[in-house]
Amino acid sequence: MKLMAQMAMVMNLDKCIGCHTCSVTCKQTWTNRAGMEYVWFNNVETRPGQGYPRTYEDQEKWKGGWVRKPNGRLSLRSGGRLKNLTTIFANPTMPGIDDYYEPWTYDYQTLTNAPLQEHTPVARPKSLISGRDMAIQWSANWDDNLAGGPELAQNDPVLRKVSDKVKLEFEQSFMFYLPRICEHCLNPSCAAACPAGAIYKRSEDGIVLVDQDTCRGWRKCVTACPYKKIYFNHRTGKAEKCTFCYPRIEVGMPTVCAETCVGRLRYLGLVFYDMDAVLPAASVEDDHDLLDAQRELILDPNDPEVVRAAEKEGIPRDWIEAAQRSPIYSLINEYKVALPLHPEYRTMPMVWYIPPLSPVVDAVSETGQDAESRDNLFAAIESLRIPIEYLAELFTAGDTGPVTDSLRRLAAMRSYMRDINLGRDTDERIPQAVGMDGESVYDMYRLLALAKYEDRYVIPPAHTEQAHSLEAFATGCSLDTEGGPGMGGPGAGGPDKGGPLTGGKVALPMPSVRRSGEHT
Amino acid sequence: MNTALETVLWVIVPYACMAVFLVGHYWRYRYDKFGWTTLSTQLYESRLLRWGSPLFHFGMLAVIGGHVVGLLIPKSWTAAVGVTDELYHVMAVGLGLVAGIAVVVGLTLLILRRRLVGPVFRATSRMDKLMYVGLGLVIVTGMANTIVGNVIGHYDYREGVSIWFRGLFVLDPDPALMAAAPLTFQAHTLSALALFALWPFTRLVHVFSAPLGYLWRPYVLYRSRDTRMGERRGRRGWENVEDGSRMP
Repeated sequence: MKLMAQMAMVMNLDKCIGCHTCSVTCKQTWTNRAGMEYVWFNNVETRPGQGYPRTYEDQEKWKGGWVRKPNGRLSLRSGGRLKNLTTIFANPTMPGIDDYYEPWTYDYQTLTNAPLQEHTPVARPKSLISGRDMAIQWSANWDDNLAGGPELAQNDPVLRKVSDKVKLEFEQSFMFYLPRICEHCLNPSCAAACPAGAIYKRSEDGIVLVDQDTCRGWRKCVTACPYKKIYFNHRTGKAEKCTFCYPRIEVGMPTVCAETCVGRLRYLGLVFYDMDAVLPAASVEDDHDLLDAQRELILDPNDPEVVRAAEKEGIPRDWIEAAQRSPIYSLINEYKVALPLHPEYRTMPMVWYIPPLSPVVDAVSETGQDAESRDNLFAAIESLRIPIEYLAELFTAGDTGPVTDSLRRLAAMRSYMRDINLGRDTDERIPQAVGMDGESVYDMYRLLALAKYEDRYVIPPAHTEQAHSLEAFATGCSLDTEGGPGMGGPGAGGPDKGGPLTGGKVALPMPSVRRSGEHT
Repeated sequence: MNTALETVLWVIVPYACMAVFLVGHYWRYRYDKFGWTTLSTQLYESRLLRWGSPLFHFGMLAVIGGHVVGLLIPKSWTAAVGVTDELYHVMAVGLGLVAGIAVVVGLTLLILRRRLVGPVFRATSRMDKLMYVGLGLVIVTGMANTIVGNVIGHYDYREGVSIWFRGLFVLDPDPALMAAAPLTFQAHTLSALALFALWPFTRLVHVFSAPLGYLWRPYVLYRSRDTRMGERRGRRGWENVEDGSRMP
């Protein structure tokens, strides 16, 4: 077993109100630059809808992700190594700017310097690609709130998989938002497709990054990513992607999208997985088994064996503790309410989603029934087969079972907590009906409904700790040694580390930085 | 005796261009890794690129292969393995023409695309334009060589240009060989030398990033944050105390 740590995210779709604050703050932070005008590391899609770029989920067309070959091995859908190299001069399936949208600005200057005239001057849209006047016809979020309705939504590749009859009823009853960032997959197809080897997974926290000095602009990653979350910077000629806000994560802060989320629906935390088990899990034959394979991949951080394996890999103690307190592990494997987005792409995505129950609740309310009664809700989840099938196409490769289970648990939580809130006796049959007990339902409620900041974001600031230790070399008091006159309390590096000059007793962190000369 | 002009053209200029080529690449790689890219414009336009780019690039690969064989391998070697002059000639002209036509058609498409597609033209730098002029000159004169040297007249470059070229690498180039070559060969050589001198400062550097290692490397790469940091050397005068005198 080769245990690795991974920063992961869960989004609770029940709480997303589609305000796009995450998209805007992310854009302001990361992609507010020339060459990146059309780039949204974080975007919020209305589902059903075409997504961004348009119909990106249609892998027959866009060739993203992995496919399992008859011999059981995985191959990039866009082609093997040789094909990847022979199509390097012109990528046959790269989305063009029109599949995203042509970014524009406005000619604001005319508003102030136009001569006196009969009509009010207008700031005309100017293309940021061609520099000319343009007609705005599409943008990152053109079909927001089902704008364009039946015409646009019917091109949703996920909706097309659900039968025609379902579609019509569906459009009348159901809509929700899907915020998306890079999935920081355990089996990233973008990295596998990069001819230059510029895309890598950080071994400390699993964040997938593009080395800007190594990227040569071959554009293979854009095609290979099934989520189309790698973008081509048309000014610098390099690929760029969501960085999971690693400079923030490194100092224990949540990502910008999570920090600014108005609905407080994002969860961040560490999970452990077995690197050697990733490929077998991604290669299981039946698409419907992928969810369970992926769940099993995520190890129980409270299992002593896992802790030992983590220690063996040199994962610091506070990281192990953070993994044990991780909301991600509970949501995925304890409460089993979080599901991965499109596991059938076989990239083992690490941004998971709690499916939205609210549309079901709304549908029940509209009938005049009590929408929080257990019986009504459970019955509605079963009878509203349309949203379930749609959600299943998104989160479980079409298997409605796990989606139903997740929604039933959320429904049970609502009913169970209502009794508590109204001061009534609790009905223990409710949690039992979904295979939980009252205590875990209450814990889940605290995590999902109260969603305290420190419960949502459990980010071990181990890198800060290292930075502090480094700092200690420059700023630590040389008298602050064991037995020395300055000794009072723990050393500069933290309670488990001595001061800088305590001899051979303490393993000092990051020797590679201090003794950089030896490497050259 | 060689005239001064011959010495300048076929000894001094080639070495100067080679020096710029080598030092230029070192400099570019050292200081501008971020700018080392193909600068693809496929995001703007795909339909013309889909034809033009593979035609040009695959044609160029064949052309480069042809040049390696024609310039680097002495006539006596091919003769030793039983390749007659006639056979060599037919192969060189046949393959050369096919590759050359692919390159010319491809480049024409690419230049048209660059000029006519608005966003692509907008993304074209002055250096790109200069590079296209150089590239175009080399290719046109090269095609002329194939036609003039083989189809219309006859000039066996393997007895002339090739020997001079190999001489460059053993520091014994014979300028008289080049002086005796037909005008188109001289023009081709000089324009190629100019292109080589321009090379490190253009997007052509991407040629040296041909990702052949992709065929063998593992699919997913892991990289530690620490090792990257360790690669960066501290500036002189700012070494850590530990690095200096106190280390045993």
